[in-house]
Amino acid sequence: MKNAVGRDIPDTLLTGGREVYQGKGYMDGKYIQKASPRTRRCEKPQESKLVDTIAQALRDCGAKSGMTFSFHHHLRDGDFVVNMVMKAAIEELGLDELTIAASSLGAAHDPIADYIEAGKVVGIQTSGIRGRMGEVVSAGKLRTPAIIRSHGGRPRAIEGGEVHIDIAFIAAPTSDCVGNCRGIGGKSNCGSMGYAMTDAKYADHVVVITDCLVDFPNFPASVEAIDVDAVVVVDSIGNPKKIASAAARISQNPRDLMMAENVAKVIASTPYFKEGFSFQTGVGGPSLAANLFLEQYMDERGIKMGWAIGGICGPMVELLKKGKVGKVIDVQDFDLDAVNSINQTPGHYEMSASQYADPANKGAMVNKLDFVVLAALEIDTGFNVNVLTGSDGVLRGAPGGHPDTAAGSKCCIIVTPLTRGRMATVCEHVVTVTTPGDCVDVLVTDYGIAVNPLRPDLVECLDKAGIPHVSIEELKDKAYSLVGRPDDLEWEDQVVAVLEARDGTILDVIRKIKPYQG
Amino acid sequence: MEILQAAMAGTLESSDAQVTVEPGDGSVELTLSSSVMNQYGRQIKATVLETLERLNVSSAKVTVVDKGALDCTLKARVECAVFRSCGASAENIPWGGAIR
Repeated sequence: MKNAVGRDIPDTLLTGGREVYQGKGYMDGKYIQKASPRTRRCEKPQESKLVDTIAQALRDCGAKSGMTFSFHHHLRDGDFVVNMVMKAAIEELGLDELTIAASSLGAAHDPIADYIEAGKVVGIQTSGIRGRMGEVVSAGKLRTPAIIRSHGGRPRAIEGGEVHIDIAFIAAPTSDCVGNCRGIGGKSNCGSMGYAMTDAKYADHVVVITDCLVDFPNFPASVEAIDVDAVVVVDSIGNPKKIASAAARISQNPRDLMMAENVAKVIASTPYFKEGFSFQTGVGGPSLAANLFLEQYMDERGIKMGWAIGGICGPMVELLKKGKVGKVIDVQDFDLDAVNSINQTPGHYEMSASQYADPANKGAMVNKLDFVVLAALEIDTGFNVNVLTGSDGVLRGAPGGHPDTAAGSKCCIIVTPLTRGRMATVCEHVVTVTTPGDCVDVLVTDYGIAVNPLRPDLVECLDKAGIPHVSIEELKDKAYSLVGRPDDLEWEDQVVAVLEARDGTILDVIRKIKPYQG
Repeated sequence: MEILQAAMAGTLESSDAQVTVEPGDGSVELTLSSSVMNQYGRQIKATVLETLERLNVSSAKVTVVDKGALDCTLKARVECAVFRSCGASAENIPWGGAIR
C-alpha cells in the first residue's frame, strides 16, 4: 500500500494493526497502552550487586536464546560494551536467536556482523546502522528485517510494548555497588545518559557495566539502583578518545560559513526569532556554524535564547556560560566541553530520550521547539529527507532525532551543499524517506534557498527580509546539470529493513540492493 | 592513437579518478570501479569509451578507479593517460582538436 510520502509498503508488513505513514500528527489524541516489565523483588537488605563477569550477570538474569538485549550509544564510536556483552552471551553462554535493540549502532560494532552472518543475532532494532553491520543487513543476511526508529520513536515503541527488553545493559562511566549510574566522574565519561533511561525503566532485568566503581550513593543518578539487578566492573567500557571529541570546532570552510550565515538570516526573518526563542542544531559543519551567526543577530536585536536541546557540544555550552541562553537540556554529549558541563554549569540539565522526542507521551521537548537546523544526505523535490541510506542503497546512517525535531519544531531548516562529489544532494526522489517532507520547511544550500510551498507564511517572511529564494525544482535541476542525472537504483524484492515513522507507522522500507550490472 | 606503454593519470582522492591504460590486444577492454557505481556507472562507462573513441584508441586495456569524479574530470584523466602512454604528453597537445 502506498503511504503519504508515496512509498509502496508491502501488505505483508501490515499485520497486527500496523499502518502505513498517514502524515504528520496522525496519532495525536489517540491512546497508548503502556507495557510493564516483570522485575525481581529485592526486599532484603543487600550489601552489593557486584558480579564478577558479564557471563555471570547474564546467567543471574536468566539469559536465554531468543531474548532481546538493549544498549545505548552514549559511548558512540568508542563503545566496547555491545561487543563484550554479545561475545559473552554467544561464545560463553552459547546463546543464539538474539535480538539487539540499541539506541544506535556504529562502526565500533563491526564484530556483530559476524554474529549476524552466523545466525546468532537474528534481529536488530536501532536508529543508526553503519559499517560492516550495515553491509550485511543490506545484503539480506539478517534473518528478520531490521527495524529503524528515530530517537523519539524508540522510547515510544518500548513504552508501548512493541519492543520488550529482556535485559538492558547500561554502559556507565561511574556506578556504585548497587547500580546508581552517572555519565561523569570516571575515566570514560559521556555526560548525559538520556537514551538509557527508558530502557532501565521498561526492561525485565538491568545490568550495569562500568569501569569506575565509586562510593555509594552515586548521586544524582542518571540510571537508578532501584531498577538495576547486577553491576559488573570491567577494565574499560570504551575508548575515551572516540567517546567525546576534544572540542567540536566551528568550520572554517567558506562554503559552510556562507550556508550557516544564510541559515541565521532565515531564522532572524521569522516571527519566532524573539526573546526566549528555542533552538536545536546538529553538529555537522554548517549546522554548528549557524550558532555563531545566530549570536550576532541575537546581539543586534538584544534578545536571548530561552532554551536549547539536543545532542550538545561546546559552542552551545559557551552560549550558556555567556548568559545568552537560559537553559540547555541534554540527551547526549558530543565533546568534552559538553561532558564536563552537564549538571555542573547552572542551567545545563539532563533529559531522557522520551522527554526529548517521544511522540506518544504528553509533551516532549521537541514539541516546544521554535527552530531546528539539520543536515541531509539527500533531499528531494517533495522536501523528503534521507539520512539513512547511501547513494548505493546500503544502510550507513541514522535518523536519530531528525524526524522528531523536524516534526515538532515550528521552523525546520535543512542545510546541505547542493552536491557532494558526484552525488546530487537535492534530487528527484531520495533513496529512503527518513524525514517526511511535510515536516521540513526551508532548505539552505550553497546554490540557493528554497521554502516548502506548504509554508507560504515563511515565503512571506523571506520576501519581507529581502532574502532571495528559488523553487526546490530549480535547485534539483542545477544539481543535475553539474553531476548528471543519476540512474535509479535497482532492488531485489527482499525487505532488509523497515523504517518506522516516529509515530510507529511505516514510513519506508529498505530492500536488498541488486549488484550493479554494467 | 596507439597505446605504446602503460601510463596512468589521476589520483584516488575524492571527486577524482585514476585512469590506467596499457597496450591492448585489438580491442578496448574497460575495467571500472566507482564509489558511485549504482547511480553513475553507466554514464562513467559511456564517457570513458567516448573519450577513447575521440582519441582513436581502438586497442587498450583501460582501468578506471573512480571516486565520484565529474565527467569533465574523467575526460581529462583519460586523455592525459592516453597521451602519456604514447609519449606525447610533453608538447604539441592538440588543444581544441582531439582534446576539447
